[in-house]
Amino acid sequence: MNIKKLNTIEIKNSIENREIKAQEIAEYYLKRAISLQEKTNAFITLDEENILKQAKDIDNQVEKGFKGKLTGVPIAIKDNICTKGLRTTCASKILSNFVPPYDATVIENLKKEGAIIFGKTNMDEFAMGSSNETSYFGPVKNPWDMERIPGGSSGGSAVAVSAILAPASLGSDTGGSIRQPASLCGVVGMKPTYGRISRYGLIAFGSSLDQIGPFARSIEDCALILEVISKYDPRDSTSINLKTPEYLKNLNEDIRGLKIGVPKEYFIDGVEEDIIKGINDAVEILKKLGAEIREISLPHTKYGIAVYYLIATAEASSNLARYDGVKYGFRAENVKDLKEMYIKTKKEGFGEEVKRRIMLGTFSLASGYYDAYYKKASKVRTLIKNDFVNAFEKVDVILCPTSPTTAFKIGEKTNDPIQMYLSDIFTINVNLAGIPAISVPCGFDKKGLPIGMQIIGNYFEEQVILNASYAYEKAVGGFKFSPFQEE
Amino acid sequence: MEFEAVIGLEVHAQLLTKSKIFCGCSTQFGSTPNSQTCPVCLGMPGVLPVLNRKVVDFAIMLGLATNSTINKNSYFARKNYFYPDLPKGYQISQYELPICSNGHLIIKTKDGEKKIGITRIHMEEDAGKLIHEGTYSLVDLNRTGTPLLEIVSEPDMRSPEEAVAYLKELRQILLYLGICDGNMEEGSFRCDANVSVRKKGDNKLGIKTELKNINSFRFIQRALEYEIERQIDIIESGNTIIQETRLFDSSKGITIPMRSKEEAHDYRYFPEPDLMPVFIDDAHIENIKNFLPELPYQKILRFREQYGLPEYDIDILTNEKEVADFYEKCLSLYNNPKALSNFFMTELLKELNERKCKIGDTKLNAENIVEIFKLLDEQKLNYNGAKALLPKIIDTGKSPSILLEEMGLMQISDTSTLESVIIEVLKSNKKELKEYLSGKDKLFAFFVGQVMKKTGGKANPKILQELLKEKLAKISIDDVDNL
Ligand SMILES: [Zn+2]
Repeated sequence: MNIKKLNTIEIKNSIENREIKAQEIAEYYLKRAISLQEKTNAFITLDEENILKQAKDIDNQVEKGFKGKLTGVPIAIKDNICTKGLRTTCASKILSNFVPPYDATVIENLKKEGAIIFGKTNMDEFAMGSSNETSYFGPVKNPWDMERIPGGSSGGSAVAVSAILAPASLGSDTGGSIRQPASLCGVVGMKPTYGRISRYGLIAFGSSLDQIGPFARSIEDCALILEVISKYDPRDSTSINLKTPEYLKNLNEDIRGLKIGVPKEYFIDGVEEDIIKGINDAVEILKKLGAEIREISLPHTKYGIAVYYLIATAEASSNLARYDGVKYGFRAENVKDLKEMYIKTKKEGFGEEVKRRIMLGTFSLASGYYDAYYKKASKVRTLIKNDFVNAFEKVDVILCPTSPTTAFKIGEKTNDPIQMYLSDIFTINVNLAGIPAISVPCGFDKKGLPIGMQIIGNYFEEQVILNASYAYEKAVGGFKFSPFQEE
Repeated sequence: MEFEAVIGLEVHAQLLTKSKIFCGCSTQFGSTPNSQTCPVCLGMPGVLPVLNRKVVDFAIMLGLATNSTINKNSYFARKNYFYPDLPKGYQISQYELPICSNGHLIIKTKDGEKKIGITRIHMEEDAGKLIHEGTYSLVDLNRTGTPLLEIVSEPDMRSPEEAVAYLKELRQILLYLGICDGNMEEGSFRCDANVSVRKKGDNKLGIKTELKNINSFRFIQRALEYEIERQIDIIESGNTIIQETRLFDSSKGITIPMRSKEEAHDYRYFPEPDLMPVFIDDAHIENIKNFLPELPYQKILRFREQYGLPEYDIDILTNEKEVADFYEKCLSLYNNPKALSNFFMTELLKELNERKCKIGDTKLNAENIVEIFKLLDEQKLNYNGAKALLPKIIDTGKSPSILLEEMGLMQISDTSTLESVIIEVLKSNKKELKEYLSGKDKLFAFFVGQVMKKTGGKANPKILQELLKEKLAKISIDDVDNL
């Protein structure tokens, strides 16, 4: 059996049919993850013993007739999602020794369906970054070119799937942190509607923007994992009480009559030519499948970055206040009083980008600036949201590039935060509006680096997005594995 | 120059919910440090608050009781500041749109009733506690997340007496509603005061100072008196008041400035993204309105009309809801408002005060109180006997008629028994008898007293007086020596 080629459903079926043991699957992926760790730096924590124990437990359960949606499927978890008894660092020095006493709701949901929590993936510190270079544990490498970044902030989760270190993974997306690395690593990555997935146990960055979502090699895998984690959670007041959807069962490649909007504001200077070409090719394919293509306008697009960096940083400045050295995590030593403990703990515990964003956010909330910054940004956010509301009166989904560039070189943008922030120019507005979107691989640039197309849907219409993506995936005959399949 | 004080008050009332405002932990006071905590109230990474709807209901109750507008849409905000007893680094509170606004309550002053405005009432979470131990400090987060209502008054009070009257009225309403235990020592009813002075007749407000965390009515009175005096002295000596936060030192009876560093806060309020706005529909408000208990001022009005009691009696009987309820229960079984009121004021409440306990803490029941009155009416017991019975009734819960037997307090109404005691008394007090018969009428009471003494206070006073009068009338001064 070629384990590498098995998708999540095949793994689950093989284990439940006793053709293979969960332990063999876990051992296979552990071997890959450990041997490729030095090259990729995809994981922060890989607890071999813990993973094998989970696999053994699953095998025992299967003996007793257990059936789940993800029986024995190893899922890598971004290191900002709390796992009980398993170190959760947010890729920060300040939480480098933090072991949560509880599981995030998504982890509980995965476990209930028999999934194996397979290690904690590297990321930008506190999910702040677009290149995975701000991690306290060092940068992650892109499997398509080891000198390049994988995107961020969920770089480790994207690489875990792209380099076949795990069949699937979870990331989190505040301004593009799932979709952009998915695009740069040539895998599928989805950010669901805000409120679709419980945030309980997701270490907050921008609370009104954060959403957990899956990385996968195929749309089927993506649909399955999404449905497992899409459960209403009374512990999250922003979680919406809807019936648990059956995304996998309802996958449908017939997209005849589907109205696809192409926003003119997303095809601007600065977007690489190869990407425009890749998207246009995809549009042609979808057209052939029976979709109707319409040009639309999202007039407030250009304000997205400014609005995002006021709101997300404001929320972050407050969310990160709790890391003060008093209760858990890193505490600076040799301090003479409380104030010095606070200052030294934060100074030594946080990295540069995190400090920059805390400062920005603190400023945007300060009295005398609040109205001009945070409050005004909130108003413009409503305009951006209304752009989408209006657009979805005319079209079913919106199609555009996920990222204006393919993977760039490590170190290329680290000294230019503004250039780095522009990496998320096409993904940010989706978070501001709270709508769902996916990034699907759609070809390669001249350097052989993956291009991603973003399909954006209306509130809670994840199924429509998945169906459009599924139709495309079938039409192109599936997505290409990274060169790491040879490793 | 004549000055007047301008006082506004901020009260923090801890709510009597079983669980905390944003998690399921218990709110019980005095448990082992950090035993009543969970990841949510410890501010662990990744946790989220879930609003306890009971807190909203309690806020609506107080809003209705203080004639406030209930805002159908309000929302929570984060108040950001660093302190070790605040595990998240922010307090979840309400800022721009509180749940209640524009209320008022009525206080009694020496010049009659006065309306004191309530600017706003909002919901928030309490912080934990720090315990300082020499070179280090310990954090107890049991109190973290206990629900609070903050009640902010208008600067409508003009004297320490008015401020205290307002606080007492507010506290009484909270107790009547059963949403706060009003315990100032344990900190479940805390008060900060904003105070300034100005020339009488001026419209412009003076520069204010804020007095923090004063934990008794007496201290509030004294702190305000001192602070008003201090401010007047400063103005009269030609200086200006510094706007600052001051603490009351109760041992010295003075206010002292807090270190200015600690108050230079920019709280950077912004809407709490982890909670949905609080929406309250009319039906819900109506529902709460229907279940609202009678409030102190309503009860006073009703007692006045229904029972025709003096104001003094009404004030005492309605001061605590439990007493008023018990009084009315007794009254429903024995319809003599004034007799019961007298007994409550002079005997029952005195007994309870001595024991420092409430009616509910004892074995008292209305039936027993009413039985005392029936025994009095039936002349099986006299008032002295009733007074002697009461402590036993409170402590044992036994019925008065049983105790009457047990304690031998049965009133002596039998004429022949009483007559023989009277004769005995007269015989052994011949000197006084002679004086009486020669016109010293006042000595009648002396004989009554002597008989009472001999009967252990059990003689039926009415019959005794009749018999004594009768007997004395029959004796002439010459007979005395031959008695
Ligand atoms: Zn708790």
